[in-house]
Amino acid sequence: MTSPLTPLLTPLLEVRNVRKTYPRHDEPGRRVVLDDVSLTVSPGDVVCLIGSSGSGKSTLLRCLDLLEPIDDGVIEFQGREISDPLVDPRVVRRDIGMVFQAYNLFPHLSVLDNCTLAPRKVHGLSPAAARDRAHELLGRFGLAEHVHKHPDRLSGGQQQRVALVRALCTDPALLLLDEITAALDPELVGEVLDIVRDLAAAGTTMVLATHEMSFAREVATHVCFLDGGRIVEEGPPAQVLGAPEQERTRAFLRRVLPD
Amino acid sequence: MTGSATDWQPSERELARRRTRSRQHRHRVVVATVATVVVLGVLGAALVLSPGWPRVRATFLDLHHAKESLPTILDGFWLNVRMFLIAEPLILIAGLALALTRQARSAWLAPLRGLAVLYTDVVRGIPTLLLVFLFVFGMPALGLQGIPSSIFFWATVALVVSYSAYVAEVFRSGIESVHPSQLASAEALALSRGQTMRHVVVPQAVRRVVPPLLNDFVSLQKDTALVASVGLFDALFAAADYGNFNFNFTPYVVAALFFIAMTVPLARLCDVLARRLARRERAGAL
Repeated sequence: MTSPLTPLLTPLLEVRNVRKTYPRHDEPGRRVVLDDVSLTVSPGDVVCLIGSSGSGKSTLLRCLDLLEPIDDGVIEFQGREISDPLVDPRVVRRDIGMVFQAYNLFPHLSVLDNCTLAPRKVHGLSPAAARDRAHELLGRFGLAEHVHKHPDRLSGGQQQRVALVRALCTDPALLLLDEITAALDPELVGEVLDIVRDLAAAGTTMVLATHEMSFAREVATHVCFLDGGRIVEEGPPAQVLGAPEQERTRAFLRRVLPD
Repeated sequence: MTGSATDWQPSERELARRRTRSRQHRHRVVVATVATVVVLGVLGAALVLSPGWPRVRATFLDLHHAKESLPTILDGFWLNVRMFLIAEPLILIAGLALALTRQARSAWLAPLRGLAVLYTDVVRGIPTLLLVFLFVFGMPALGLQGIPSSIFFWATVALVVSYSAYVAEVFRSGIESVHPSQLASAEALALSRGQTMRHVVVPQAVRRVVPPLLNDFVSLQKDTALVASVGLFDALFAAADYGNFNFNFTPYVVAALFFIAMTVPLARLCDVLARRLARRERAGAL
């Protein structure tokens, strides 16, 4: 995956042989959710994780943000092993932004306060500086008029754009997007994907789980197809989505691209 | 997938991580133990080294008087327990009925709704001890036929009246915390307002209010001791009686221990129930 031309460029994120299991609640033994998953993300990469629900996409993203402990394997971020129990997860998360499928905005805070909470409390920005930064980003993404509203007053697309801005306000080195358009009406999907497209064009490093195949083909530098907790096939989007080698990938694409 | 689950062996790195984790765990256990011992030690030392300690020990912690007073306090405590066991179910029923009345939207129930509001406002404003006096001395004085004149009866009524007002508000906050979308989906299934309450809203509301309800239960258990002030021979009255006769306050400590012994298991039981519900409903979800 790493190009032989850039051997000195260290990857931003390196995932090696990660395994994740959950206890079964009605029978003994553990359910394997991620099995021997390896992945390399270099600065500027846009990695799209595709696969049916339950294939492990969301779990992988949650593991990358240390929201879930892994059962084996190694995750390295910015050249440091972050899966080490001695690493403080909060230090890692300062440099990683995450956006969830259900927006997860704080309903008791205004849009502006949602966006300035972490910059002020975690990154030590002055209230004025945090406000300026949030205003600038909210304005850039067409949310200037909603700054003082509460999230529940906004449409789903607007809420998800706010969630993206909230993640961007802390200037993360890596952005994790977990099916951020899955809960949106079809006509609202575009306004959210436009932002992600802009971010990709600006060189933001992203790992995203998505069901939008055409979008994945357009913005991804690398596509991984997950099935049953394993990366079954990966490569450039034209190859994985255009000429898949694995039968399971072909079967999946037949189901999601009904043409 | 099951195949890989059986032939998987943890890597060297994972084994090292597990060792680190168990070391961290041991470290936390040691810190917690040391902190607990130090805090308890300091508190204990402050108590024992205080100038009045020998006197306090003689008047409040005398083993002989504890043994002597135990049987009568136990007898009295049985009265507290009976009163609590009778009052609690009645309070739950009355409280829920009051809360549902306040939530009712039927036009016919409008006067009841107003009364329910008035009831909670007035009753919560009156000190419980005052209610006990009013009921125990006031109701028999009416001289109505067929009305019991037992102090136990009216003291229990006073507690039910007082606590049902608090519990009604707890239930109401629980009912109001159920998301409107739940009401919408119940209405969409053509359930009546009553059915919606009975099958959808109240079950969810009750789960949410278990901790504050427990708070009121515990408070009620202790407030059964208020009946000592109207001459009922409960645990507190028995302790006071013994203490005044023998010039020793140890029975008060004994009575306090009885009340603690009753409230702590209830608190643990509620914790267990709440955890079990949470596990069943959130299984698999994040």
